[in-house]
Amino acid sequence: MAIELKMPALSPTMEEGKLAKWLVKEGDEVTSGDILAEIETDKATMEFEAVDEGTMGRILVPEGTEGVKVGTVIAMLAGEDEDAASVAAPPAKAEPLVSEAPAAQETKKGPPGGSAPPAGAVRPRTDPEIPHGTNMKTSTVREALRDAMAEEMRRDPRVFVMGEEVAEYQGAYKVTQGLLDEFGPKRVIDTPITEYGFAGIGTGAAMGGLRPIVEFMTFNFAMQAIDHVINSAAKTNYMSGGQMRCPVVFRGPNGAAARVGAQHSQNYGPWYASVPGLVVIAPYDASDAKGLLKAAIRCEDPVVFLENELVYGRTFELPELDDHVLPIGKARIMREGKDVTIVSYSIGVGIALEAAETLAAEGIEAEVLDLRTLRPLDKQAVLDSLARTNRLVVAEEGFPVCSIASEISAICMEEGFDHLDAPVVRVCNEDVPLPYAANLEKAALIDTARVIEAVRKVCYR
Amino acid sequence: MPKATRNEPNGEGAAALPAEEDDFALRSLQQAHAADRRHKAGKEELLHLYEQMLLIRRFEEKAGQLYGLGLIGGFCHLYIGQEAVAVGLQSALEGGLDSVITGYRDHGHMLAYGIDPKVIMAELTGRHSGISKGKGGSMHMFSVEHRFYGGHGIVGAQVPLGAGLAFAHKYNEDGGVTLAYFGDGAANQGQVYESFNMASLWKLPIIFVIENNQYAMGTAVNRSSAETHFYRRGTAFRIPGMQVDGMDVLEVRKAAEIALAHVRGGNGPVLMELNTYRYRGHSMSDPAKYRSREEVQGVREKRDPIEHAKNELMEMGVSEASFKEIDKRVRAQVAEAADFAENSPEPEMSELYTDVLVERY
Repeated sequence: MAIELKMPALSPTMEEGKLAKWLVKEGDEVTSGDILAEIETDKATMEFEAVDEGTMGRILVPEGTEGVKVGTVIAMLAGEDEDAASVAAPPAKAEPLVSEAPAAQETKKGPPGGSAPPAGAVRPRTDPEIPHGTNMKTSTVREALRDAMAEEMRRDPRVFVMGEEVAEYQGAYKVTQGLLDEFGPKRVIDTPITEYGFAGIGTGAAMGGLRPIVEFMTFNFAMQAIDHVINSAAKTNYMSGGQMRCPVVFRGPNGAAARVGAQHSQNYGPWYASVPGLVVIAPYDASDAKGLLKAAIRCEDPVVFLENELVYGRTFELPELDDHVLPIGKARIMREGKDVTIVSYSIGVGIALEAAETLAAEGIEAEVLDLRTLRPLDKQAVLDSLARTNRLVVAEEGFPVCSIASEISAICMEEGFDHLDAPVVRVCNEDVPLPYAANLEKAALIDTARVIEAVRKVCYR
Repeated sequence: MPKATRNEPNGEGAAALPAEEDDFALRSLQQAHAADRRHKAGKEELLHLYEQMLLIRRFEEKAGQLYGLGLIGGFCHLYIGQEAVAVGLQSALEGGLDSVITGYRDHGHMLAYGIDPKVIMAELTGRHSGISKGKGGSMHMFSVEHRFYGGHGIVGAQVPLGAGLAFAHKYNEDGGVTLAYFGDGAANQGQVYESFNMASLWKLPIIFVIENNQYAMGTAVNRSSAETHFYRRGTAFRIPGMQVDGMDVLEVRKAAEIALAHVRGGNGPVLMELNTYRYRGHSMSDPAKYRSREEVQGVREKRDPIEHAKNELMEMGVSEASFKEIDKRVRAQVAEAADFAENSPEPEMSELYTDVLVERY
C-alpha cells in the first residue's frame, strides 16, 4: 500500500510553507528517521523526517516551491513489494487539518472567515502621517518590527534587546532575526527563562539610563513579570516627582495564537491599559508596527508593545521612508464609512475590515477605526467618528468583561450620548478560558460573522 | 564528608574542596576579610562616620515622633540600630559613579549619601518641597543626582532593578558598581535568585547586600529560612559570600573595600550578609510583640554601633565636649529638617496630574 507524504504542520500557526530542499530522490530506500526534506515555515527551517519505511516514489512538489499548503501530498512512498515508479499520485488537494464545525453551527454563525484575511484584500485608508506620494513596498509585520529595532539600534547606542532566544536562536518567532549578527552579543542578549528577573533587570537598566527592549516570548509569560511592568516601571516617574524616568519597551506577541490552549491565549491589552504611567500600543499592520515601535523605543515613558503572532506573517504595504516614526496616542481611520463605526485594534482590525467589505455589499458603509494605542486612548477619534455615524460596534479579540470594548462603550455613554442612535455593542471572544478543541476554539473567538451581526443590529437591519 | 558543611566565616572549610573546585573563589573574600577585618580609620574619619550614624539615629527618632503626631502617615520604617551598615558601606563608594538601590527602609541610605535631611523629612510629611514633591512618601525617595535609585516598596523588587543598574554600568563601561540592599525577608523571594543567576552569568558589577536584622516583619529568620547563613546563598550561583558584623562600622567599611575591589576587577557579583538589628518595630504600626524587651535591650547595651564607635573615639582621645558639640549640631540639623517639613506647603493640586508620563501624546 503506497503512503502519501503530506506537507506537515510544523508550528501552531503554520498554514503553508516552502519546500526548500529534497534530501532524497525518487527510488531511494528510506527508513524511519531519515530526513526526507527541509521545509521552511514562517519561523524556521525544519527537517521533515520519514516515519515509515519504503522506497521513494513520485516527488509531487519539487524543491523550491513556496506556499505549499499544510496537508498537500508532496510525495509518495512505496511500501514493500510495490513498484515505486508505478505508485499513482492522488488528485492534488489540500486536506483540512481538522473537520469542519457542524453545519448547524455554521448556519447560526453565518459565513466563516476572519482568522486570516488574504494580504491586500483590504485597502487601508491612507495614513495622514505618511507624506502623500511616498513609495510603498511590501513587508511582513515580522520584518517591519525587526527593521524598527535595527534602525533604532543603529541610531542610538543605548538601545539593546534582551529576552529568551532573541540572539542565537534568532527569536522564537524570528522577530529578532539577524540582530545578533549586526549588533553582537553585547546588545542582543539571550536571557535564561526567568521573566521576573530579566524584566526587573531591563527596568533597572532603563532607570540607569539605557533604552532596553525587553522581549517576552509571549505576553502570557509576562504575568510572571507584571510586578516590574506595573510597580517598578509605570510608577517610578510619578513616585519620584518626575526625577527618575524609565524608558523601557516591553514587547512580544499577545492574544490568542492557534490551538495553544488557555494558558497561552490571552489578550492583556485591557490589563496594561488600565495602569496610569504606562503607554500601551497594539498595532495591526506593518506600517504601524514599524512606525510605532520606533516611536516606542524613542519614548521617555515605559511602553507595553503588544504584537500578535497570527499577524507576524501577514504582508502589508510599508512606506519607504528613511525614518518612519508614527505618533503614539493617535487612532487611524482604516476605512471611511457613514453608517456605523467599528472600533478595533490589533488582529481585530483585520476582522473589522473584512466585515466592512461584506457589509458594503449589503449597502452598509462601515467606518473602521484602528485605535493603535490603547493608552493613552484617542478618545477624540472615537467620538468624532461616532458623531459622523451615530452607531458604534467594538470588535476586540479578548475577553469581553472589563475590556477595551467596555471602556469605549463607557466613553460613548459619558461623552457621546447625544450622538448615539443605538446602544454600543461589544463583540469580543466568549467569556471562557480559550479551549483547545478546534471547534470550541473557533466558537470562542471573535470572527467576522459576529461583527457583521452586531453591525446589522445597531443599524436596525 | 563532615567537612563539606564547614564553610564557617574563618574559611577552614576551603581545604575540603574537591580538586576541580580549586579555582572556585567562593570563600576567598571571606578569608581576606577574616585576615584583615577592620578598616583602620584615623580620628577625623571615624568622627565623620560617627556623626553620620548619629544623624540617622536622631533623624529617625524625630521621624518616629512626627509619625506619632500624625504629621507622617502610612508606612514608615525606621533604620534605628542598622546605621553602621549604610554608613560603612556607602563611605567606601565612589560618589557620582557608583549607584545604590534599596527597599522601603530607605531614610538611612539617603542620609548616608549626604542628601539634605530637610528634603527627606519633607517627603515624609508629604510636602511639595520633599525630594519626590510629596508624591512618593517614606518608601519612595530617589536622587538620580546622587545615583540613589530608591526607595522600592515591593519586597525584593530592588534586587533585579539593582542588577539592571549594574548592567548599565557594564554596558556603559563606566567602571561603576551597584550596591543593592535587601533584607533577610526579601532574601527568600524568587526574583532574588533569578537576579543572582544572571548577575553571575553576565559578571555584572553588583554587590548584593543582605541586611539581616533578624526579623522579616514579625517572623524570625529561623522560622522563615532554611539556610539562615544568608552569605552562603550565592554559592549555587558561584557568587562569593561574606559574613560581616553590621554593628561595627569599621568592619563594614573594610568588608566593602574587599568586595568592591573584587567587583571592580571584573569578577562579577559579591553577596554580603550584614548582621544587624533593628531596635524599633518593622514599621511604626508594628508593636514588635514577637521578641522580648530583654532581647532588644541586650543588643542596645552590648552591640550598639554608635556607642561602639564612640568608645573607640574616646580611646583615641576625643573629649566629652567634642561629643556634646557633635550631638548639638546633629540635633540642630534634625530640628531644622523637622521645622522645614512641618512648615512646607502641601503639593499644589495640579501636581496630582503631573509626572504620570514624561511626554505628551
